[in-house]
Amino acid sequence: MSDILDRARSQVLDGGVGLDEAGVLDVLRLPDEQLPAALQLAHEVRMRWCGPEVEVEGIVSLKTGGCPEDCHFCSQSGVFASPVRSVWLDIPSLVEAARQTAKTGATEFCIVAAVRGPDERLMRQLREGVAAIRAEVDINIAASLGILTQAQVDELVELGIHRYNHNLETCRSYFPNVVTTHTWEERWETLRMVRASGMEVCCGGIIGLGETLEQRAEFAAQLAELDPHEVPLNFLNPRPGTPLGDRAPVAPRDALRAIAAFRLAMPRTILRYAGGREITLGDLGTRDGLLGGINAVIVGNYLTTLGRPASEDLALLEELKMPIKALSATL
Amino acid sequence: METETTPTTADPVAGSWCDRCGGALAEGGHEACVAARRLEPPRFCPVCRRRMRVQVLPSGWTATCVAHGTTRG
Ligand code: SF4
Repeated sequence: MSDILDRARSQVLDGGVGLDEAGVLDVLRLPDEQLPAALQLAHEVRMRWCGPEVEVEGIVSLKTGGCPEDCHFCSQSGVFASPVRSVWLDIPSLVEAARQTAKTGATEFCIVAAVRGPDERLMRQLREGVAAIRAEVDINIAASLGILTQAQVDELVELGIHRYNHNLETCRSYFPNVVTTHTWEERWETLRMVRASGMEVCCGGIIGLGETLEQRAEFAAQLAELDPHEVPLNFLNPRPGTPLGDRAPVAPRDALRAIAAFRLAMPRTILRYAGGREITLGDLGTRDGLLGGINAVIVGNYLTTLGRPASEDLALLEELKMPIKALSATL
Repeated sequence: METETTPTTADPVAGSWCDRCGGALAEGGHEACVAARRLEPPRFCPVCRRRMRVQVLPSGWTATCVAHGTTRG
């Protein structure tokens, strides 16, 4: 076994202390023949510090497209010639989406909006939507509405929003190459307010935006410093019309190295498979990730693209003998 | 993918335009679009090439052309 995996075994597996940036970089640079050992160790770390349960979540877009921001990977930016048009979801459809999500056994339902930050119209729709879901569906409600003010953070707490998602997307040093209409620091400030409010913090990003391995390691270290409850790990799904539309998806082995490395940086976090896994890893890779540090999945479709049928992911979890985390266990 | 349509003036599934990129089907070269569509909803009306209003839901999607109705998948 390599030096870094030996070190990770005692530091992370036995001690519960995540790897630092240099250690993460060493894992990201492991040769292919060491990848199975890295995944095995990441799996042991996950089992030791998180347990065998898998947290299942569904997501839905409350307001799609027409976003004024210029995140270069995003088909919902109104700045690029993406074919995605602006559309709002009505409340009955939102409730039905929550109901369908709960039927899969999911404990989390995340309401997402393509905005810089919420305006009054969006907050009104959210208020109505949360009340309507609460009346009919037993599920934790999370939200992802962009950059927040303190007053909006306070209102989300009052609404009982369980967890707030706000991705840093990539490391601080690479962020200006990907987004120019707001800063990494603005995102960090929202995360700071969310953390202080008592809501659970969900913060991850996208692997494969053109960042170097050093920057990927920097990102893992910055996420570890933030110490979120959940880290959703996306892999770039190049979207037509966006500046990154012609970029090749991440190579499967690099994606798996990233999963192992992020788990070894954050032994206790909920590390969630999010968008792009289907095109980056396919069915076999999905299994490898679940046996390599991942302990949460988004089931069903994403915001503008489609995922594997929920039934396939649930069957895989059953086959791997990984129980779905129950709602009571999350409260 | 199974689809259900509520057409107004024509069958919105049959048409001359690629429902992913909006290019002319007659010009060919849409194999990558067909492959990508397994994990994407349609974006362009295949009849009139208008961009559709698409809502993706956890277990399906709807795509609405103002002239040719709604397709579900
Ligand atoms: S802020 Fe969100 S919705 Fe808007 S362009 Fe960026 S990633 Fe897309």
